[in-house]
Amino acid sequence: MTELIKGGLILAGSIFMFLAALGVARLPDLLTRMHATTKAATLGATLIMLAVAIHFAQVAVVARALGVILFILMTAPVAAHVIGRAGYFVGARLWGGTVKDELKPNYDPLTHELKSGMETEDNARRESGGADGS
Amino acid sequence: MSTVILVSLAVMALALCLAFVRLFRGPSLPDRVVALELFSSILVGIIGVIAIATDVPSLLDVAIVMALMAFMATIGFARFLERGGPRDD
Repeated sequence: MTELIKGGLILAGSIFMFLAALGVARLPDLLTRMHATTKAATLGATLIMLAVAIHFAQVAVVARALGVILFILMTAPVAAHVIGRAGYFVGARLWGGTVKDELKPNYDPLTHELKSGMETEDNARRESGGADGS
Repeated sequence: MSTVILVSLAVMALALCLAFVRLFRGPSLPDRVVALELFSSILVGIIGVIAIATDVPSLLDVAIVMALMAFMATIGFARFLERGGPRDD
């Protein structure tokens, strides 16, 4: 029974990793490639680490395997966010079929300045009023 | 069980090849960084499977270090890109 679960977990994990690699090789632009790698590769590594924990079944090894899982789950979104942001800022080309780029009107590529999209007259007056202390 | 391990190692080796294709062709530096990150994820999986195959639990430490190094490398590359250093894509 344990063997069955272990084998299933290993196979599922490696297939998810293969799907991530297929996505990174076939998808058209940076953001869609990140969409493939971040989620599928994280799930694949998690499943294989679960298989390792089931295989050894000792407290020390299970703790380390869970530590790897926790670390991957915590760092993968951060790394994806940071590299996606950097990629957008250096002008990675988006796919031709992109429907909506919500960052484009709010981002100035020369000064690297981001606006929130909420800069109405009311807000500006309120902010300057707060700076005056009135 | 050994068949399962062989099959999964073969599938992950194929995945490494596909990631290498993107690393080689990638039109810009961020694409290559994404491929490198995928490399390290696949390597964590391969190390896990090899730890199961050889019954050596110490290999998990290698997996931890691998994941840590990949995270640091990605953050470093992203900082480098945002600061706008010299690039040769």
